[in-house]
Amino acid sequence: MAYQQTQGDFQTMATLETFGFLPKFSQEEINAQIAYIIANGWTPGIEHEHPDNAYDHYWTMWKLPMFGETDMGHILSELEACHRSYPDHHVRLTGYDNYTQSQGSAFVVFEARR
Amino acid sequence: MSSNSYKAGVKEYREKYWTPEYVPLDTDLLACFKVTGQSGVPNEEVAAAVAAESSTGTWSTVWSELLTDLEYYKGRAYRIEDVPGDSESFYAFVAYPIDLFEEGSVVNVLTSLVGNVFGFKALKHLRLEDIRFPIAYIKTCGGPPAGIQVERDRLNKYGRPMLGATIKPKLGLSAKNYGRAVYECLRGGLDLTKDDENVNSQPFMRWRDRFEFVAEAIDKAQRETGERKGHYLNVTAATPEEMYRRAEFAKEVGCPIVMHDFLTGGFTANTGLANWCRENGMLLHIHRAMHAVIDRHPKHGIHFRVLAKCLRLSGGDHLHTGTVVGKLEGDRNSTLGFVDQLRESFVPEDRSRGVFFDQDWGSMPGVFAVASGGIHVWHMPALVNIFGDDSVLQFGGGTQGHPWGNAAGAAANRVALEASVKARNEGREIEKETRDILTEAAKHSPELAIAMETWKEIKFEFETVDKLDV
Repeated sequence: MAYQQTQGDFQTMATLETFGFLPKFSQEEINAQIAYIIANGWTPGIEHEHPDNAYDHYWTMWKLPMFGETDMGHILSELEACHRSYPDHHVRLTGYDNYTQSQGSAFVVFEARR
Repeated sequence: MSSNSYKAGVKEYREKYWTPEYVPLDTDLLACFKVTGQSGVPNEEVAAAVAAESSTGTWSTVWSELLTDLEYYKGRAYRIEDVPGDSESFYAFVAYPIDLFEEGSVVNVLTSLVGNVFGFKALKHLRLEDIRFPIAYIKTCGGPPAGIQVERDRLNKYGRPMLGATIKPKLGLSAKNYGRAVYECLRGGLDLTKDDENVNSQPFMRWRDRFEFVAEAIDKAQRETGERKGHYLNVTAATPEEMYRRAEFAKEVGCPIVMHDFLTGGFTANTGLANWCRENGMLLHIHRAMHAVIDRHPKHGIHFRVLAKCLRLSGGDHLHTGTVVGKLEGDRNSTLGFVDQLRESFVPEDRSRGVFFDQDWGSMPGVFAVASGGIHVWHMPALVNIFGDDSVLQFGGGTQGHPWGNAAGAAANRVALEASVKARNEGREIEKETRDILTEAAKHSPELAIAMETWKEIKFEFETVDKLDV
């Protein structure tokens, strides 16, 4: 009895990979992760997808990856524009590393409104 | 040349095999041995003996040597160096012509380099410290079935180390209970779980039953979390035929990854399985049981950096490297030295990391470094710092020992991992700020708060037995 009372129940959560277990980021926290992508020389890119299809490897690209973009303000405004256009989609920011041909960073900035 | 005449008898090795003027070719395979000779024998003679006995030489001259061009085929001791802080031993550098070895066979390379010579009476101890594989030889080896980049794409894991756990208790669970433990870990936030290396197909849990229940656990966890998951199904078996049978079934039930023990199973089996995985779109996790028998003595055996290089050539997508901070032996700089050999495309000579040669890996895919053994949430920032993103951090007891069970333990680790990665990206010194970072993250995660309380006193502080020579 006493033992059971000290236990918590862990509910399974639908999460969206990297940073999915942290609380929603503040604007300042989002900015810091974008700064990390820029500092590494990675290409910022935006992808969005309806939650029903979030498991797919390919999400829909928002425009083309922002090759050579180092202006945080511009990246933020594109993220917001994508979110406004697709409010019921998740919006993910990726930092693409063309040397490794992989993403050095990828996290969901806006979760879909439900 | 043919002008030589045959003289029976025993010659000094150094007449033929000590060649300090030799400049190694780009195609030569180079080896560095730490040699401890019997007293009274000059170092040059001992080094030459090692070169001879690991290549073309034998103790007596034979007439049939004159039927070939031994000047072309012989190994050459071309340099000796003092071992810092050790008056008894020295380093011997030996160059072997590439044609001494069969293409694509680390088995053949090791049979030559660490064969009879290790039992040679003129030696007290002998340790193979490093091998420089020429790029021409590397190009003949298959290497990792997928490699780091392909595995990240298949599993959709970016910008962080992956998180795993070995299922415990390591022996004795039934297949259904075992699958339960897997499911709980995966639903709680782990990316991967692992069969213990001791788990093959024992009476308490036959392999086919385990594979079926584990596959269901993965499938359910993926559906519920929306994330991609896997479990290393151990296909190490008594015979290659049985190993392939199990691997085929792992593929059939939809598991993305299988596992092999490369030293107890052997390099032949490992290379075959790696080829099978490449052809079948499966990932391959490699465990290293028996390595400490071979690599722990500082003066005898084979350093793990050599075994790690051989594994990258033989094939594997993950390799256990130790944790530096956990319960198992591992010097930090030395570990970083062989972690580089697994992941980088070029590793320069760096004696401070125990790297004796420049090593060009060309286009060979990289291998994830796996840190596993006696680690828990308090180690997380240090592990992220030491191993970086291209690693798998595995917490067995550190997940399943959580007071609320596996899922909560998994969540605690996932929160700690993501908080550490986030802080690193923000430019914080995460190892120094461990307490602040975890305490902050635990405000939003009761699971992490309890894990921090549970493991706050556990440390493994013993001196490393095998230290770098500095």
